[in-house]
Amino acid sequence: MLKKNLLAVFLALFFGLLFTGVVIAQQPTPSDDEVNAIAKQLYCPVCENIPLDVCPTTACAQWRELIRQKLADGWSEQTIKDYFVQQYGARVLGSPPAKGLNWLIYLVPPIAILAGVYVLYHAYRSWKRPSRAEESAPSNSLSDRDANQDEYIKRLENEVRKR
Amino acid sequence: MVANLGYGSLIIAFLVSIYGAGAAFYGARKNLPSLVDSARNAMLLTFPLLTVTALSIVYLLVNAHYEFPFVDEVISNSMPFYLRITALWGGQAGSLIFWSWLMSAFAAAVTLRKWNRDREFLPWVILVSLVTLAFFLILSIFVENPFVRLWQSPIGNITTSVLQPSGTTLYIPSNGNGMNPLLRHLGMIIHPPMLYLGFVSFVIPYAFAMAALITGRTDDRWIRLTRRWTLVAWLFLSLGLILGARWAYDVLGWGGFWNWDPVETASLMPWLTGTAFLHSVMIQEKRGMLKQWNMVLIILTYDLVIFGTFLTRSGVLSSVHAFAQSAIGPLFFAFIGLTFVASLSLLSRRWNDLRSDAEMTSIYSREGLFLGNNLLFIAVFIFCFWGVIFPVLTEALGIIGQKIPALAGIFNGQKITVGPNFYNSTTVYGFAGLALLMGITPVSAWRNSTAKTVGKSLIIPFALSLLIIPVLLLGGMRSIPAMIGFWICTFTIIVTVNEFWRAARARHRAQKENLLLAFWHLASKNRRRYGGYIIHLGAILMGLGIIGYYFFQTETQGTIPQGGQISLGQYTVTFDSLSVFNTSDNRNVARAVISAYKNGQFVGELYPRRDYYNESQQTVTIPGVRSTLEDDLYIILADWQPLSTTGATFKVYHNPLINWLWIGGFVFIIGMLWAAWPVKELEMVALQNSVPIQKQAG
Amino acid sequence: MNETSAKPNEKISKPALPRWGRIVAWVGLFALLVVVAMVLLRKQQGPVAIGQVPPAFTLTTFDGQQIGAANMAGKVVLVNFWASWCKPCEQEAADLEAAWRYYQPRGDVLFLGIAWTDTETASLAYIDKFNITYPNGPDLGTTISQAYRTTGVPETYIIDKNGRLAALKLSPYTSLSEIQSAIDPLLTP
Repeated sequence: MLKKNLLAVFLALFFGLLFTGVVIAQQPTPSDDEVNAIAKQLYCPVCENIPLDVCPTTACAQWRELIRQKLADGWSEQTIKDYFVQQYGARVLGSPPAKGLNWLIYLVPPIAILAGVYVLYHAYRSWKRPSRAEESAPSNSLSDRDANQDEYIKRLENEVRKR
Repeated sequence: MVANLGYGSLIIAFLVSIYGAGAAFYGARKNLPSLVDSARNAMLLTFPLLTVTALSIVYLLVNAHYEFPFVDEVISNSMPFYLRITALWGGQAGSLIFWSWLMSAFAAAVTLRKWNRDREFLPWVILVSLVTLAFFLILSIFVENPFVRLWQSPIGNITTSVLQPSGTTLYIPSNGNGMNPLLRHLGMIIHPPMLYLGFVSFVIPYAFAMAALITGRTDDRWIRLTRRWTLVAWLFLSLGLILGARWAYDVLGWGGFWNWDPVETASLMPWLTGTAFLHSVMIQEKRGMLKQWNMVLIILTYDLVIFGTFLTRSGVLSSVHAFAQSAIGPLFFAFIGLTFVASLSLLSRRWNDLRSDAEMTSIYSREGLFLGNNLLFIAVFIFCFWGVIFPVLTEALGIIGQKIPALAGIFNGQKITVGPNFYNSTTVYGFAGLALLMGITPVSAWRNSTAKTVGKSLIIPFALSLLIIPVLLLGGMRSIPAMIGFWICTFTIIVTVNEFWRAARARHRAQKENLLLAFWHLASKNRRRYGGYIIHLGAILMGLGIIGYYFFQTETQGTIPQGGQISLGQYTVTFDSLSVFNTSDNRNVARAVISAYKNGQFVGELYPRRDYYNESQQTVTIPGVRSTLEDDLYIILADWQPLSTTGATFKVYHNPLINWLWIGGFVFIIGMLWAAWPVKELEMVALQNSVPIQKQAG
Repeated sequence: MNETSAKPNEKISKPALPRWGRIVAWVGLFALLVVVAMVLLRKQQGPVAIGQVPPAFTLTTFDGQQIGAANMAGKVVLVNFWASWCKPCEQEAADLEAAWRYYQPRGDVLFLGIAWTDTETASLAYIDKFNITYPNGPDLGTTISQAYRTTGVPETYIIDKNGRLAALKLSPYTSLSEIQSAIDPLLTP
């Protein structure tokens, strides 16, 4: 009698633990938002330049389910992204992976802009020091004539610019 | 019949434009004014000819002549009349004709102005305009000819050609595909024409710039002549971009308005350089500086227009905008090559003639700050250009890598996508800087301003604008970048409004007009300045919407049964019902009824739906949107279980402040119209009491 | 009248943008045009053309096998790109399997199915649905389809015994006999 009770208790405990164990091992299904948070950063491999979270095609729906499944399996965001790159190529990533030539995409524009700033600075310097000193002095009478002409031209130009 | 008339007219227009270009060139070289006048008449003639062509195309579309393949692509029996007209720009063949027609309209308008003072420009303006027009007509006649028909041979093969092959009969399908449903939205009816107008109208300032380079008239004249043209071109381009964003928001169903899609970005680039140009021409007008730079900018703007068109249509870039690949690519490439090389050669030849004598005295002067503006626009442009061209570059390097195995490792030609992250994180600084400059520059003066004088004028606006920070903090905002953005907007609004206020008050005091009238007269007397300020205000309001959207958008998605609900922040939406039905214009519609609640209060019913167009087998998702000044609640019906209404999947977006983007856009447009409104040109008044005449020496 | 003298403030100093500016501009322009031309030419090319030697590839099947150039040498190889989400692919799936069963006993014909941008579960379900027995594998990284320059699915490329492309079909096959008439001419009796 005691042995039967003991057996019953033991079995109850055993199955109870087993059941709890199974429940603990099951994770909640990842929500749509969790899937979209990753899908947002990926692009549809088929229809170009459409992010994966808004793409309405069957293929994209399959890929979102794939993300959901991998999340449920416990994969991290980076692992999932790496998996997608391995399966479908680097163009599924919204930002090009920073290796090989792709460094150039981040490097070239700042360099070009700095070059532009340098040119601007150089030009500004040359404007600040006009070539007054370098002009040879013309003869007196000529310069008077020129001065008056300049006056007249300047006033004409000013008048025109007022418009 | 009508098609033959249209086609004949097209061919004649082509011949006329070739003649006109040749006559203009020959007349200029040999100094034969009568030949140049003949060329001018030729340019004028292209407009009525192409109008006939365009009207004949519209006729074929409206009457659904399906024996023409270009009609099949964009028309179906169920399409209403007004959509059939807009189908003119719904497909490749029609849109090329539309483009050519616009081009001829502008060319004709330019012809009709008074040329007395600028006869030396005339032949070259004609040449550039007609060569461009001729190119597009070549595309229409030889590559994407809308007038080809379908012919059926006795054994059932179907071919296309303009003239009837022997032994065939005309083949008339009973229905067409119908226009891509995404294009059947009001925004799409206006967006392409506006964008085309913007693109095409930039040809005129470019033609004048080329004329200036060719003739050596490198002074201000070409800028003054094209000032209004450039403003109008810029107006249409801006309008096209704003409308495109609105259409994307309404119909593409992803809760946003700008995707940095390569073709979108390609249409933004000429706008960036064009805006820089609009500002820097003012420096040339006021101080005579930057002539070389202005040439560079107008050439760059126009070249970007055709480069962007090429990228769109040639298939080099694939995107939602790309038309089907065709033989247009190589022809377009030749045209681009010709244009780029010609522009650079002419510029190079005249570079030293474009020197200016003026000096810049201070970087805080208005010209200095305008240069800063240019620098920022170009910086943003460089990021956009590089982002668009980089995938093309890697693909080309990949081709090299295939040929040269040693380089295959690094030149692996792997296709990559340059997504919004790249553009957003880099251009934001440029745009923020520009917004700040909009607030600083109005208080600077031409020529002489120092940090001190500018700083003094800005102390009060700066102090006032800082008040926004505690307001935001009290409201719960914690994002520092957003607060900086809002502060810049506040600062610039204060400075700009103050400009109006100061001047109106001064006038009110001096002339005893009431303030409102003073304001009106002020703005009318100096349309460009005050129009510009209104445009800036519009841009800042748009900036408010953009900050709200980029920093504070939230979204969620869920599958709920009927009666279920989804929460997002302060909002809760319940799924009331879903009905699926067919409409009379051959669509299958799934329409959900959603009740929206904010903090528990009912705020409205929304009707997100999915339209399936049977004829073209395409789906359009129309969101249900509740719009207020504060935010948009934007709901998409993503999916539903067809037979059992066990549930439907909804995507819910909350877009704070987004409507300020459209309000700002509206203000922007008003400002543009104000600035561009035609004003009677003042004739130059002879100087009284002018300079005493110097007696000749000796 | 006064003579007009030379421009009053003629700049004698060096120009702001010396020759290097011109060089940069021209080189940049040339590079841009060349790059764009190369990519344009490639897009115009379309898929691998008949008579050309298609690029070599190694397919890792869903069963883990590796099938490469060695396995394909000297055989007539039919390479079919498909996807489980592609409706037109289903139209030809049964015909392709029937053709495979017809040709397999000969030993000198090889059918390879390449699942393009597909998920493994969905691909395996598709293979099950049509009882496909010839080797199938995913196009990892879309390298194979990029090498062949495909533009969609379904597409079929038939390579003759000398390794050259003999036939290509950019849409689904409509019947078993159509497949046979493409392969039969390539077989030595």
